[in-house]
Amino acid sequence: MLKIENLHASIDGKSILNGLTLEIPAGEIHAVMGPNGSGKSTLSYVLAGREGYEVTEGSVTFGDIDLLAMEPEERAVAGVFLAFQAPVELPGVGNANFLRTALNAVRRAKGEAEIDAIQFLKLARARMKVLNMPDDMLKRPVNVGFSGGEKKRNEMLQMALLSPKLALLDETDSGLDIDALKLVSDTVNSLRGPDFSALVITHYQRLLNHIVPDRVHVLSAGRIIKSGGPELAQELEASGYGAIQAAAA
Amino acid sequence: MAAVTETIEAVQAVNDGGYKWGFETDIEMDFAPKGLNEDIVRFISAKKKEPSWLLDWRLKAYRHWLTMEVPHWAAVTHPPIDFQDAYYYAAPKQGPKSLDEVDPELLKTYAKLGIPLKEQAILAGVEGAGDSPSDSGRMPIAVDAVFDSVSVATSYKERLAKDGIIFCAISEAVQTHPELIKQYLGSVVPQGDNYYAALNSAVFTDGSFVYIPKGVRCPMELSTYFRINAKSTGQFERTLIIADEGSTVSYLEGCTAPMRDENQLHAAVVELVALDDASIKYSTVQNWYPGDAEGKGGIYNFVTKRAACRGKRSKVSWTQVETGSAITWKYPSCLLIGDDSVGEFYSVAITNNRQQADTGTKMFHIGARTRSTIVSKGISAGRGQNTYRGLVKISPKATGARNFTQCDSLLIGDQCGAHTVPYIENRCMTAKVEHEATTSRIAEDQLFYCRSRGLSQEDAVGMIVNGFCREVLKELPMEFAVEAQKLLQISLEGSVG
Repeated sequence: MLKIENLHASIDGKSILNGLTLEIPAGEIHAVMGPNGSGKSTLSYVLAGREGYEVTEGSVTFGDIDLLAMEPEERAVAGVFLAFQAPVELPGVGNANFLRTALNAVRRAKGEAEIDAIQFLKLARARMKVLNMPDDMLKRPVNVGFSGGEKKRNEMLQMALLSPKLALLDETDSGLDIDALKLVSDTVNSLRGPDFSALVITHYQRLLNHIVPDRVHVLSAGRIIKSGGPELAQELEASGYGAIQAAAA
Repeated sequence: MAAVTETIEAVQAVNDGGYKWGFETDIEMDFAPKGLNEDIVRFISAKKKEPSWLLDWRLKAYRHWLTMEVPHWAAVTHPPIDFQDAYYYAAPKQGPKSLDEVDPELLKTYAKLGIPLKEQAILAGVEGAGDSPSDSGRMPIAVDAVFDSVSVATSYKERLAKDGIIFCAISEAVQTHPELIKQYLGSVVPQGDNYYAALNSAVFTDGSFVYIPKGVRCPMELSTYFRINAKSTGQFERTLIIADEGSTVSYLEGCTAPMRDENQLHAAVVELVALDDASIKYSTVQNWYPGDAEGKGGIYNFVTKRAACRGKRSKVSWTQVETGSAITWKYPSCLLIGDDSVGEFYSVAITNNRQQADTGTKMFHIGARTRSTIVSKGISAGRGQNTYRGLVKISPKATGARNFTQCDSLLIGDQCGAHTVPYIENRCMTAKVEHEATTSRIAEDQLFYCRSRGLSQEDAVGMIVNGFCREVLKELPMEFAVEAQKLLQISLEGSVG
């Protein structure tokens, strides 16, 4: 599904990713763990196509298409979804309007009919019930005045509605209480299937108790220095990043 | 098909970029000779078969205008205007005496303007078209269409007349209701008020007249579509709306013009009078041709709009969406004379490419406990310059007066400008005045967030800008709100990336 080869990327001339190689087969969930400054967020931004991140070497293919050649919106409608670490506020833009516009952009790309406001509300409300979100969050402006937990749940609502092929979760667990963490995990788990892959970026092993990954990769200084099964996350939790960094050095 | 859908479709049809109202209609026109002098003023007055008091009124304005200087305090620049190099009267030759005679070319123009078909039929005088309520169940809109200098047709007139409402061309009102014209014309904006108002008073050719009798709630939206079509003409329309005691009316105006290399002058005057407990809502979607990307051509929109809240508890609400014109110079104002009267001003002004806008409002608090609210949203893109200029003046008698002002500016790109020039003069100890202002950019992370959800760059800008303007757009009547949202997006096309 996703194949990253020897990826080098820099921002403002500063090299952040230094030859990152990673492959996520369809249907698998992989976790990327790493200390602060290891390049975790840069990885998610490069994959989603944020401006300002310069890819200097390497390739990323999504299915059989060259992901790096695409605009962010093209990646989105092709099935890439980035759940933001800090979801952005859009003052005055109604959440329902935003979500429906996004959903219809994706549906158009898939050759499906656009859905009208009434159909959308049905769909969204059903999902919101599962996420324990009050109905009025649809009326409020996107993320404006949302608590940290509400913002993350709003990201999960978007992900569930857009049903991507590849979800990038950028520290979605940060700042969440146990209940919210469970809701996030349930959403990801509910999407699991042969056509869904995810890259879960996190500091902590905690999230991976709920979303059990097929593979765990350790990122350090812009490269994967160790990969393993879910047990690698436990190992990290016990011994810290330092031991693995020292062993890899 | 529901008229709402028609309007939406008409708007969508123009959504593929550029100024889509730039067409020119080929109609035989009747022109006065080029230039301006007393004879032209007499010519216009004679064409309109006006009583001698009105001719004298015009001449007085003209003579006063000669003594005045072009205002130069606004933050706009343009080459001097040659007032002798324009036509001051241009009218379709086939006079609109009977609706059956409306030129088919005109009807095509309405279609292009997106005037709902039902109203078009009425404007064309299709029999019975104005009698039955709208099939969609929607409130019908009565439309007055002003083409260059002449009001060509007004719909739903008879239906409105049942409630005693007068809605007609102002030139017609001069003939049919001279007492109202004599009483109110120039009573809010005097002939010598300012340079362009004086010019307008001398040469105004047409516009709409509305009178809502005591206690009547106008059953439909009243609307005027202004269109400058002929070359080298100025448009000087004059609108007068009187809401008698306890009455309510909502009025909309829309404006477009063909694309031309030359600059054309639009100097209108709008006067509103609200008596005791009366309420007037005046909405504008201004989409005059803005000139090309290099600043060539476009309309100079130099307009004086003022409301007198003469009655106790009267209320006037101005809502404007200014997307067009090369230069906008416009300050819809409220004289809050009656105790407890209320003035509101909601504005969105966009400047893209080389457009310049100097716009805002004046709120004069004269009566006790008068209240005013000002919400201004300025959006600058390209090399556009956008100035909010406002005055809140509170007289010693305006005890307990309140004002709240909010001015927000949004910048797109790094070559545009946003300026805020608020004046506050408070002479009353018990008054309370609040002013809030912000300036922001469309943040890169906002754009990226939208795009990462599948929205194109332009849709993302449109959505963010519409969100920024939401407080103003929600004040517009529903059909206009849809049109305005699309317009905002079209006006900003190509401004990012």
